[in-house]
Amino acid sequence: MEIIAEYGTVFLIMACMFGFFMAWGIGANDVANAMGTSVGSRALTIKQAIFIAMIFEFLGAYLAGGEVTSTIRKGIIDADVMADDPQLMVYGMMSALLAAGTWLLVASMKGWPVSTTHSIVGAIVGFAAVGISAESVHWDKVGSIVASWVVSPVLAGTISFGLFMSVKWLILDTDDPFNRAKKYIPIYMWMVGFMISMVTLLKGLKHVGLDLDLGLGSKFANALPVSAVIGLLVAGLGALLLRNISDDEDHENRFGSVERVFAVLMVFTACAMAFAHGSNDVANAVGPLAAIASTVQSGGEIAAKSAMPWWILLVGAAGIVVGLATYGWRVITTVGRKITELTPSRGFAAELGAAATVVLASATGLPISTTHTLVGAVLGVGFARGIAALNLRVVGTIFMSWIITLPAGAGLAILFFFIFKAMFGA
Amino acid sequence: MANGSPLGNLFGRSPIGPIQQHMQVATEAAEHLPELLAATADQDWDRAKEIHKAIADDEKTADKLKSDVRRHLPKSLFLPVPRSDLLQLVSIQDQVANTAKDFASTVMGRDLRFPEKLFPAVLELTNTSVACCQQALKAIQELDELLEVGFTGREVKRVEAMLKELDKLERRTDKQQFSLRRKLFKMEPDLPPVDVMFYYRAMALLGELADASEKVGDRLQILLAK
Repeated sequence: MEIIAEYGTVFLIMACMFGFFMAWGIGANDVANAMGTSVGSRALTIKQAIFIAMIFEFLGAYLAGGEVTSTIRKGIIDADVMADDPQLMVYGMMSALLAAGTWLLVASMKGWPVSTTHSIVGAIVGFAAVGISAESVHWDKVGSIVASWVVSPVLAGTISFGLFMSVKWLILDTDDPFNRAKKYIPIYMWMVGFMISMVTLLKGLKHVGLDLDLGLGSKFANALPVSAVIGLLVAGLGALLLRNISDDEDHENRFGSVERVFAVLMVFTACAMAFAHGSNDVANAVGPLAAIASTVQSGGEIAAKSAMPWWILLVGAAGIVVGLATYGWRVITTVGRKITELTPSRGFAAELGAAATVVLASATGLPISTTHTLVGAVLGVGFARGIAALNLRVVGTIFMSWIITLPAGAGLAILFFFIFKAMFGA
Repeated sequence: MANGSPLGNLFGRSPIGPIQQHMQVATEAAEHLPELLAATADQDWDRAKEIHKAIADDEKTADKLKSDVRRHLPKSLFLPVPRSDLLQLVSIQDQVANTAKDFASTVMGRDLRFPEKLFPAVLELTNTSVACCQQALKAIQELDELLEVGFTGREVKRVEAMLKELDKLERRTDKQQFSLRRKLFKMEPDLPPVDVMFYYRAMALLGELADASEKVGDRLQILLAK
């Protein structure tokens, strides 16, 4: 307790720095994968992509990021074990942030594929299992998190497969794909609006302090009609945007106009993707920070059920925006340049499939890798015979990155943990 | 930094564009043949030489494109159609270019001039053979549209109709070739025997050109059949 009282402010400042560092890394690297698909298929310019990313990453983090933040903050480790030594929790979470941030920086400079989620989960499990005790880790929760890393790409792939098949039946393989596209694409836009507002209503509004009650019994029943209406508004806006697109009757490239209609849809799915990414990945930086802040502010009471202070989210959001502005735009451009084979009709299916999966995971509080989910979604479109050439070696590198990232994050976190312990005393 | 992006590395280079380009060049080689015949009929051997060179250049370009396609189709690539079908398609397309060049070389090798009585029919056969190549190219150019719809449905039917047209053209070359043989057979006593040998050889190559185009179509059809 004395340590917290003595160094409380120092801890908070350090934690903010490390949290910002981690968020910077997410903005610099991770967002590129979420936005790269839209840039690569030329549905968005780089400036538009960054603009969308900044707004919807923030909204996602703020409105739907609570569950994952709380998993990272108190779901992986058992805080009660540390009730007598709250400083250990502070050291551990600081070292987790620093370890994951450092690992991300090193790996991305070396060009290794890493996942922010895997780094932070590895780091937290590492410091808790080695620095504190093996019992302090909720292994069953860790197990379900790891399982979700396998399930999420598969689920995203299945959804994208289905979405692309529906596009084939409803739009592409018809006599008049252009007009069918204009007719049916608002339905997909409706799905985007419905999905995001469902998650926001179910998981987000309590953070903002709003409560919606139509008197329909359960929260879910309340959210359903509201989301449906919001979806309709989104679809209406989309239909308005679609009106200006006309068929250029190009016989050389018969699907050119159709793809331009899908490009409008991709603006919507890009928003969904950024929202989904914000709702899941911002927690990687914000979760440990929240754990530290609540421990310090309550004077050492770890289990205190204090609400997450608003400024913590601001640190995370600011870190991501700065990361995007300083480095992320360059990575988005490079990733986008490699994805030119993806046309909007496929890009949307991949993005919507991935976004739906990630948002679902966010609502359940499961930290998953947005990038790996998106890779699964793209493969799903590929299995529907939608993409000219996919490099399956990537699946191997993803497995490799799991095998390397988890111990690397854990090892670094253990190292930092003992350094902090030596610096500030146990 | 983006080296590490699994998403960036996920996308391989599409083989479809290069395959279409390869067929385009092979067809261009064949399209020179009527000009070549016209030049020989006029005994304009300088012009004929130029055309021969243009055909040889096209054939060389086609070879380069062919190995380019092969190099970019590693086994780890996941494609919407079997990789082996694509590789065989390119090999067969390459035969179009090769046969066109063989014909040109056969003509140029011994300053071959068809007898005036035979010439119109030879030109007609050449034109039909070239039309076969062009029809095959037309079908190959649908590959990107096929990809757009995921190799199913209406687009497949569209291409199948094109291939039917190709078959019809190829059958026409068979008939033309046969009647040409009969004509030449009747003229044989009045012509130098070695020339006759080469007339037959050149006519056979024109038939082979049409056959090669038809095989391109066959391969495409196999690729489309599930």
